[in-house]
Amino acid sequence: MTNHWVDIKNANVIIIMGGNAAEAHPCGFKWVTEAKAHNNAKLVVIDPRFTRSAAVADLYTPLRTGTDIAFLGGVINYLLSHDKIQHEYVKAYSNAPFIVAEGYRFDSGLFSGYDEATRKYDKATWAYEIGPDGYATVDETLQHPRCVLQLLKTHYSRYTPDVVSNICGTPKDAFLKVCEIIATTSVPDRTLTFMYALGWTQHSVGSQMIRTAAMVQLLLGNVGMAGGGVNALRGHSNIQGLTDLGLLSNLLPGYLTLPGEKETDFQGYIGKRALKPLRPGQMSYWQNYGKFHVSLLKSWFGNAATKENNWCFDWLPKLDKVYDVLQVFELMHQGKLNGYFCQGFNPLASIPHKAKLIGAMAKLKYMVVIDPLATETSCFWENHGEYNDVDPSKIQTEVIRLPSTCFAEENGSLTNSGRWLQWHYKGAEPPGEAKPDADIVAGIFLKLRELYQKEGGAFPDPILNLTWDYKTPHAPAPEELAMEYNGKALADLIDPKDPTKVVMKKGQQLDGFAQLRDDGSTACGCWLYSGAWTEKGNMMARRDNSDPSGLGNTLNWAFAWPANRRVLYNRASCDPSGKPWDPKRQLIGWDGSKWSGADIPDFKPDVPPGDSMGPFIMQPEGVGRLFALDKMAEGPFPEHYEPFETPIDTNPLHPKVISNPAARVFKGDLEAFGKSKEYPYAATTYRLTEHFHFWTKHTRLASILQPEQFVEVSEELAKEKGIKDGDKVKVWSSRGFIKAVAVVTKRIRPLQVNGRTVHHVGIPIHWGFKGVAKSGYLANILTPFVGDANTQTPEFKSFLVNIEKA
Amino acid sequence: MQVTRRQFFKFCATGLGGSSVAMLGFSPDNALAEVREFKLTRSTETRNTCPYCSVSCGLIMHSLGDKAKNVEASIFHIEGDPDHPVNRGTLCPKGAGLVDFIHSPNRLKYPEYRAPGSKEWQRISWDDAFSRVARLMKDDRDKNFIAKNADGATVNRWLSTGFLAASASSNESGYITHKAIRSTGVLAFDNQARV
Amino acid sequence: MALQSLDITRRSATTTPSPSQRKTQEVAKLIDISKCIGCKACQVACMEWNDTRDAVGSNHGVYDNPMDLTENSWTVMRYAEVELEQGKLEWLIRKDGCMHCTEPGCLKACPAPGAVVQYSNGIVDFHEENCIGCGYCITGCPFNIPRLSKKDSKVYKCTLCSDRVAVGQEPACAKTCPTGAIVFGIKEAMLHHAEGRVADLKNRGFAKAGIYDPQGVGGTHVIYVLPHADRPEIYCGLPRNPSIGPMVELWKGAAKPLASFGLAMVVAASFFHYVTKGPSEVSPEIEKEFEDEK
Repeated sequence: MTNHWVDIKNANVIIIMGGNAAEAHPCGFKWVTEAKAHNNAKLVVIDPRFTRSAAVADLYTPLRTGTDIAFLGGVINYLLSHDKIQHEYVKAYSNAPFIVAEGYRFDSGLFSGYDEATRKYDKATWAYEIGPDGYATVDETLQHPRCVLQLLKTHYSRYTPDVVSNICGTPKDAFLKVCEIIATTSVPDRTLTFMYALGWTQHSVGSQMIRTAAMVQLLLGNVGMAGGGVNALRGHSNIQGLTDLGLLSNLLPGYLTLPGEKETDFQGYIGKRALKPLRPGQMSYWQNYGKFHVSLLKSWFGNAATKENNWCFDWLPKLDKVYDVLQVFELMHQGKLNGYFCQGFNPLASIPHKAKLIGAMAKLKYMVVIDPLATETSCFWENHGEYNDVDPSKIQTEVIRLPSTCFAEENGSLTNSGRWLQWHYKGAEPPGEAKPDADIVAGIFLKLRELYQKEGGAFPDPILNLTWDYKTPHAPAPEELAMEYNGKALADLIDPKDPTKVVMKKGQQLDGFAQLRDDGSTACGCWLYSGAWTEKGNMMARRDNSDPSGLGNTLNWAFAWPANRRVLYNRASCDPSGKPWDPKRQLIGWDGSKWSGADIPDFKPDVPPGDSMGPFIMQPEGVGRLFALDKMAEGPFPEHYEPFETPIDTNPLHPKVISNPAARVFKGDLEAFGKSKEYPYAATTYRLTEHFHFWTKHTRLASILQPEQFVEVSEELAKEKGIKDGDKVKVWSSRGFIKAVAVVTKRIRPLQVNGRTVHHVGIPIHWGFKGVAKSGYLANILTPFVGDANTQTPEFKSFLVNIEKA
Repeated sequence: MQVTRRQFFKFCATGLGGSSVAMLGFSPDNALAEVREFKLTRSTETRNTCPYCSVSCGLIMHSLGDKAKNVEASIFHIEGDPDHPVNRGTLCPKGAGLVDFIHSPNRLKYPEYRAPGSKEWQRISWDDAFSRVARLMKDDRDKNFIAKNADGATVNRWLSTGFLAASASSNESGYITHKAIRSTGVLAFDNQARV
Repeated sequence: MALQSLDITRRSATTTPSPSQRKTQEVAKLIDISKCIGCKACQVACMEWNDTRDAVGSNHGVYDNPMDLTENSWTVMRYAEVELEQGKLEWLIRKDGCMHCTEPGCLKACPAPGAVVQYSNGIVDFHEENCIGCGYCITGCPFNIPRLSKKDSKVYKCTLCSDRVAVGQEPACAKTCPTGAIVFGIKEAMLHHAEGRVADLKNRGFAKAGIYDPQGVGGTHVIYVLPHADRPEIYCGLPRNPSIGPMVELWKGAAKPLASFGLAMVVAASFFHYVTKGPSEVSPEIEKEFEDEK
């Protein structure tokens, strides 16, 4: 979230699209009901299904699954053609005036630079025109035909209300009503917030759906504002934290990135990431990349990391490609993986195409599962009749299952989607011999290190030299680990402005990432989390909930990254001269010498109003991007592409480019995608408020509320197929079938799309072959093995099925 | 009011059931009503946050015993933390039922081992589990570690073993997991952020 | 405890008056249907607090589960998909459970001394140790709330968390409700709160929004804000004008002296037996008879 949960109460308009906050995040959704009750806010829900969020909305309108870019592109067209943008904000804080390089084109569904053979773009032309001074060129009049605003207008002029309605199936009048409500927030004193979650991420164009919403918000001047922003509600309790800590194939902690195999030169690696400003006077905060990176390597490799050996840069593995879960399971399926660890993750249920996953897992030599619960993954080799029909004797995988503690049995912190790190405390002993995850990792690692010490082996250096100075080596305390990622001074730190002054003594906990150095004198396991455990103690455990501004920022409750900031880009809540766009929701202000206020300024604190420094300090150009340059795989402007399994067999905008041309599809999978002739119905998977993923089916209370697997269909489709409420139905895709109880409902309606009727089949995911709830089929039996072109998040939300009474 | 014969019988029954019992001298001694004893009066409270979704609601966990040496704490009730700025004491159906997660019959209690081709689990010790896992890792790593790629560039990667990290474990667990796993050169490393 | 009993204003099947000098604050639970997302957190909080667990059932083609109130589920969410205007779907979700009537039909119908009590704060509570399992409270209830347990032949229903309220806490369902659709406080404050909600709903186009605090039972200590207060029955059959059944009213009124003698002595005798010896033999028949009546 750019903002945070409580801040939603400040919104005037709330759009829930690509998510279902009332069901998936009920206690966060409370701030929607607060905004409605106390801020007279309007709630608009846009979803293929009339959800429980829709049940309390002021306006609900359906759209066909996977068509959100068409809808939001239509909104952009509406805002531009009705002059409903916040002009001053757009001009000063977005790249609307920037001039794009000459070769940039968009034609018939493809941007310039496409190579069909590799399904990749050469993005050279997706760039600003660079002037002789080395900076990007801009046209403050916004009239240049190649300035971003003009290109934007041209690009989205195709997204007329009729086109939107034809693609999305949304009634035109409802679409226009939504546009009108959104447009009311283009004035400086009204804000809109977008709340989304997996309903946007789980598409082959998911990242671009989110970008489209971000662009709408930039045009409306809603980014950086209280009650504004683009708010990823996120899924699991610490998915934000584990992502911040870089537990992804291509990341290091704090969104530092692993080097590719062509980046073996340390200075080159740093230089490419320490971006120089693209406009005069910009902060371009990633210029500090080297400090963050060196401090990380000092934290991990201690004295072994020296300037001479580039702080052990060579010890980091170098990527030849991104090893996201789809890639990894593809390799496993090809027999190229021998071992696999699943720590608190149930991939057999969570990754698409169960049949492929079972086949892949059965090829492993060993699997290690670390979990508090008996997951399906750990039991993939067990025969559970129709729900998991395998022959254990034919599966040669050695499986070791290690019991871990749950939240109630350990100290530690989780990072919520509002970026708050909150400390929690142990309340009871774990059952049996269960151990905390950290102890399990330590137990495995120390045994491995012992073997390397005894036997030697392949490149043991990083294993042997990894810092491990925990008081109880086999049970590192959460407190020690938190202090480690916060960072400390390895030598006395001298004030760069006054050499007589010591800012930090050797061994002290750092106050924050501003104190990090690239000379080896600081260690910090995650720069973004620096400030979480300072000399003052555990900032994540703070419990003062006072809210003097009334905006809900509670700066003394827990710790928010970065630097305890609650609303990102908050400098943009004031105009360039420093005046708040809306005095009622003033987040920060200039007091004559520095920025301060109801939030921690997201800005260089001593740069006065009127300076040329832009509010988007992480960007080298200092402004928000309507034009994404080369950062996205499929183009600098979001374009509507159909799901890989589309119920209409075409893309009405450009029939020759139907689905995301830059999405990675594995050999065999493209051919196996279902076609509408055999699989005529658009299917979408989702969660119910009564359950959490595949965990709560192990709990009695949740199982009472939703005991048995079901699928949802419209009354019209049910009638066509002779299905009645409570009937058992069979649903199948080109990958397999499930059987479930039918819930026939008015809440799913057939939509008129491009001359045909499109029916949706709704598939909640929560059942499996282990649990207290009734056994069911894992819903990923049905889902396609393709992901978003940028993140590789699987397309769980849009695929094709057929259905009949079982 | 129209009263049918049947209703008349019933009101007599009801009425007599009601008052006649007392009139007939049936003592109401045992009828002194009292509310159920408030079950949290002296329970031990521990602050926590909900492990399910990313709202991270504040919790108060109530456990049996007062943390005295001779008591094994067991959590018997969880409710929302009213001081928490986001949830302000509320909990959704999942969070309100957390006590059943802690005590789920499907909690794992001991390290277990499933041999290739076997139909069942066998309980093993932690030491055996750690030793076996480390052995499997080392054998695979030593055999398949790639120090240099085809172009001779130093890449120091281990591609034949992968690691999926949790989505609800603490930052501290996540941090040490990343540190330990990356030191071995694993690239097939991911968490639930993508799915 | 005895002191608590001093705050009891009424007790079933007891003619001696209750002590009535003490006055405690009258409480109420407000259920605002317009804020309810049907998440069932209240169902969970209720079972969790009261240490009950219903059976893991089946899906019957709807979201409701458990399908009805039971001796373990003292509150359930009921879902209805209605289109009052063509094309304008509303998903009406109502939390069902005891209304804690000011004039409780269950208490009036109950033949077992002290099995049903009403506290001066308005809560109507069942004390199962005194319950004889006759099921008359079920018939006496205009909202069809109490449920007889097959396991122990006692009747159970929402207590409004009398154990929590007694120590100054709110009911578990009210505390947990994520969206603030359930609010708890003194009845006067709840009515005031409800008026604010009605005004907001009217602004949003619900011209008939209103408060459900039915006077046929003397008002209730669970009140609803209904977006369509003119049609309570669309909320899964919320009764339009609930009142205590005729037989209960008749008995408590004019017929009481008449029935004290003669005509019903046989029944009385059988009841005396029933109360003292337990319900095992007669209970199913009586239960069935009352069920048939409904």
